Amino acid sequence: MGEVEVLNDVKLATIQDKGRDGFRHLGVPVSGVMDQKSFDLGNALLGNNANAAVIEWSIKGPALLFKKATFIALTGAKTKAFLNGNEISFNKKIFVPEQSKLKLNFTTKNVYSYIAIKGGFLTPIVLGSRSFYKGITTDFFVGKNDRLPYKEIGCQEPNFTSIRVPEITNEPLLDCHAGPEFKRLSTTEKEQLLTQYFTISITRSRMGIQLEEILPNTLSEMITSPVLPGTIQLTSGGKLIVLMRDCQTTGGYPRVLILTDEAINTIAQIPSKKRFRFRMVDLD
Amino acid sequence: MFDLNYSRYGAYSILIEWPQEINENILYDIIRFKKRIKQESLKEKLQVINGYNSLLIFYDLDIENFYDKVDLLKNIYYTLTDDIKYNRKVWQIPVCYSEKVVEDLSTYAKQKKLDITEIIALHTASKYTMYFTGFLPGFLYLGGLDEKLFIDRKEIPSLKIKPGTVAIGGKQTGIYPIESPGGWYGIGRTPLRFFDVQLEKPTFIEAGDQIQFYSVDEKEYNAISADVELRKYKPEYKIIDGRS
Repeated sequence: MGEVEVLNDVKLATIQDKGRDGFRHLGVPVSGVMDQKSFDLGNALLGNNANAAVIEWSIKGPALLFKKATFIALTGAKTKAFLNGNEISFNKKIFVPEQSKLKLNFTTKNVYSYIAIKGGFLTPIVLGSRSFYKGITTDFFVGKNDRLPYKEIGCQEPNFTSIRVPEITNEPLLDCHAGPEFKRLSTTEKEQLLTQYFTISITRSRMGIQLEEILPNTLSEMITSPVLPGTIQLTSGGKLIVLMRDCQTTGGYPRVLILTDEAINTIAQIPSKKRFRFRMVDLD
Repeated sequence: MFDLNYSRYGAYSILIEWPQEINENILYDIIRFKKRIKQESLKEKLQVINGYNSLLIFYDLDIENFYDKVDLLKNIYYTLTDDIKYNRKVWQIPVCYSEKVVEDLSTYAKQKKLDITEIIALHTASKYTMYFTGFLPGFLYLGGLDEKLFIDRKEIPSLKIKPGTVAIGGKQTGIYPIESPGGWYGIGRTPLRFFDVQLEKPTFIEAGDQIQFYSVDEKEYNAISADVELRKYKPEYKIIDGRS
């Protein structure tokens, strides 16, 4: 069995796969990678199972020691990356000889970055998923001196697979559908929500993203009801909250919009202080 | 029969809503509907999650024709029968109401101007109905708290509430299944686990079941804790026939 040893103090790194579906009725968040597109790409480059677990990290890059030979692919938020001192590219299948050190700098442009590995990381499966979540998995962050298991490879394979990935446009339009309480907004409120620019605040986590702008509204409170990742909640004070992968399964704020799968991946990668707009698309 | 509202909630889900109120008639209507949806949709992968007055049906694939799906659901609802014998479980939950196991009890007693024996008598007298699970893995939304025990939530939430803490906040009582921050007052602690990932069914209580608390002393609390730790303890329940 191969092992990755974590050499530095990373703060916001977790193991993630597509998440823990099927336990929502027990109050268990779905979790899973924030940006599924980058996750899929990493696993595809390596010819992995579509749900192979990766390291998701943000802001401060991890320094890792790979004990056995393997292949990796770096996807998502770009930064400078070095394997045994040599700079390596993102979105490319890369051979990692045994006892290699991988070092990643800080993310600057986007938010979540991924390290996919041949065969996936083999941390324990809890309730059908390896995704870290406090209260479900024993570990909820990847930290210094952690050892993350993976299967070592038998023989070398050609490693020319790489792909060009389009960057997220500046001030993107995020596709969404009407949420259950959208119809209760006034015409002016609806118009404001769908035409105004919104800014990602610094209050963000895997649970949710708060937006900076306030949308005054007259919606009455509602009784706690199920919520889904991608939902935009509107509080009585006018705060907009985008629920993300680790969000609770129920909530009491009106659900005015819900992002498409694609838009959830995009908003996860928009840095704080940057703007975007919502664009309503029909479901049928 | 209630007048239900069906709406789309994203590409994969349909939300069904009952009138905006909290009562047991609505809950049992939701549960009957939920059970039938699960039975009728064996070929289709879906999940059904309920709230106080809503049911979310989450399909594995995106919904191609919303109106066809709603017609199917309406058909199921209109053919629901009232006569399904409902065997309600009343779970018996041991709680140690002592300052030795929970921090807030004396603060709560002082604020409510009640002594601890009165708190125990009031809290153990009611049967609480489980509406749904949310907020945290295994956190039960319970109805039926005696209004004499209502208290405003703490202005500053506690950072770490211990697992098993039985608490009161606003008009609700509940049990913290895992360590969590929270704004409710802990009045006791149960040795039982309300969320155990090692078990095939991590939560033993289902929506529609009831729970009743009974008071145990520290010695009994410790004895049950030891059995729970070894997974030797089986939660106990009584059965009430029909819909009483």
